[in-house]
Amino acid sequence: MSLSFLIRRIFGAIPLLFGISLVLFVIIHLAPGGPLDVYADNPSVSPEALEQIRVRFGLDQPVPVQYVLWLRSMLVGDWGLSIRTGRPVLDEIVTRLGPTLQLGGIAMLLSFIVAVPLGIVSAARRGSRTDSTVTFAAFAGISMPVFWSALLLQLIFSVWLGWLPSAGMKSIGDGSFPDRLAHLVMPVAVLSLATIASWSRYIRSGMVDVLSQDYIRTAYAKGRRERGVIFRHALRNAMIPAVTVIAIDFVTIISGAVITETVFAWPGIGRLFVESMNGRDYPMLMGLMMMGSVGVVAANILADIVYAALDPRIRHG
Amino acid sequence: MVDLTVETLETPLPASRRPLRQMARRFMRHRLAVIGLVVLSLMTLIVILGPYLSPYEYDQQDFMLIGTPGAPSSAHWLGTDELGRDALTRLIYGGRVSLGVGLLGALISTLVGTLIGSVAGFYRGVWDVLLMRFTDVMLSIPTLPLVLLLSTLFRPSPVLLVVIVGGLIWMGTARLVRSQFLALREREYVEAAMALGAGGPRLMFRHILPNALGPITVAATLAVGSSIMLESALSFLGFGILPPVPTWGNILNSASGWLAIAPWLAIPPGLCIFFTVLSVNFVGEGLRDAMEPRG
Repeated sequence: MSLSFLIRRIFGAIPLLFGISLVLFVIIHLAPGGPLDVYADNPSVSPEALEQIRVRFGLDQPVPVQYVLWLRSMLVGDWGLSIRTGRPVLDEIVTRLGPTLQLGGIAMLLSFIVAVPLGIVSAARRGSRTDSTVTFAAFAGISMPVFWSALLLQLIFSVWLGWLPSAGMKSIGDGSFPDRLAHLVMPVAVLSLATIASWSRYIRSGMVDVLSQDYIRTAYAKGRRERGVIFRHALRNAMIPAVTVIAIDFVTIISGAVITETVFAWPGIGRLFVESMNGRDYPMLMGLMMMGSVGVVAANILADIVYAALDPRIRHG
Repeated sequence: MVDLTVETLETPLPASRRPLRQMARRFMRHRLAVIGLVVLSLMTLIVILGPYLSPYEYDQQDFMLIGTPGAPSSAHWLGTDELGRDALTRLIYGGRVSLGVGLLGALISTLVGTLIGSVAGFYRGVWDVLLMRFTDVMLSIPTLPLVLLLSTLFRPSPVLLVVIVGGLIWMGTARLVRSQFLALREREYVEAAMALGAGGPRLMFRHILPNALGPITVAATLAVGSSIMLESALSFLGFGILPPVPTWGNILNSASGWLAIAPWLAIPPGLCIFFTVLSVNFVGEGLRDAMEPRG
């Protein structure tokens, strides 16, 4: 893959990032109430002091100037202070990123390991009973509300059977490997269910398209066995449509396993988002939104690179 | 001599050749889609008629039962919640709200997506670049967090919430409609209409749009599922439609606190969301097969 392809793709994302920052800024700005309303009812903050804060924070400037100031500080990594904790937003996010990466990473790995074979089998045995079962299960998985499957698992495995801890990352005073593992089981299962369902559909349809092509018939004609045809000839091309979905889903999970992390009290980014919602912590919410969006853009670039690696027509085309 | 033309003109098409009937037949062959349609019709019927049949109001409290959730009984088929309200009645009312949000949200998203996609695909050039860049921007911002953010900032009424939900899931439809328009505007019949002096809006909405209705219908159906899911998630987290107005999401939210002692409150609303979205997805799949036959 040529370096120029890479550079072109990365520079192409700049207007997109610019647009995202503009949309988020406009949303925050249109909201009723300003950042200084916290002090409005506070008798010990005089109007003069309020005016001073306004000038100090550049809130007396015209809106476009405010936008430029905000964008500049976002770019240099000064994301402001959390209203809730008073700590820098960026520090707070970085501390919470670890648990989310752990949860999301394991869930993604599991999804990949399960979804790829399911999609392949489903496509190779198209129309069979296996195929219709997998298809039905995939539809069920896509239609299952995450918050409900999480509650059901808690009900069955924590309340009724008492096998697994219902929430948190580790027990207090414990933290051994088996204990952490037990805490991971349900959140990982809930997160994986939906992604397995949707990825297996994408892989199946990619595989079905590829298997009907001429070069596959040629491969059979040469005397290759089915296994060889699928894994050596078809799989690589069949994965192409799924790449974008997988990349985007990974970021979506990192930036927004909001529901799963809330139900299982997992101390990650998603839970941080809901905590910040309850505290109306706008700097934190903006920081998280920006991070999530940048992640999606980055995932798209990554997906394009993987495309190019999988399909020479794209990198030379 | 027999005038053949008159006869040929007046011969009706055989039933099997009429496109609508053909579509209906192809749809009926999709067993799961038909089941889905039946489930959705039943649900709609229950949700519309239910409140007239139920002896309770959704916010009517039985003060003898207040405090802890009550178990299902012959008086309260699905039990009562911690405020002594009949769970079945709330479920049915909640269905009204949830299905309503789903349908209206899908309607808004389809209108917005169709408008943006058709302008971009028809006029191309600057319009296309601007609108599609905007679509890319909206696609890059994670949806659930954005809805959550908007709902804390604006404290939306149910109506505004529908607008927000619909306003955040139109991007797929817009891309789809754009690609349809890009392809259809090159057809000869469009050229003919243009030669007859048809202007932009007329070409777009009288000539091109009707031919893109198939994929749009499929997208609109699937959007019903997404907007029900989005509203439920929002209400479940406590930021969507607020009690006492029930929706499946916020019923689940309050039931989750009683999960250990009253699981009968948490299971039905989730089942309703699940079956509704599942049915919608199957109907969408059936419509796709019926309207866009591929070989």
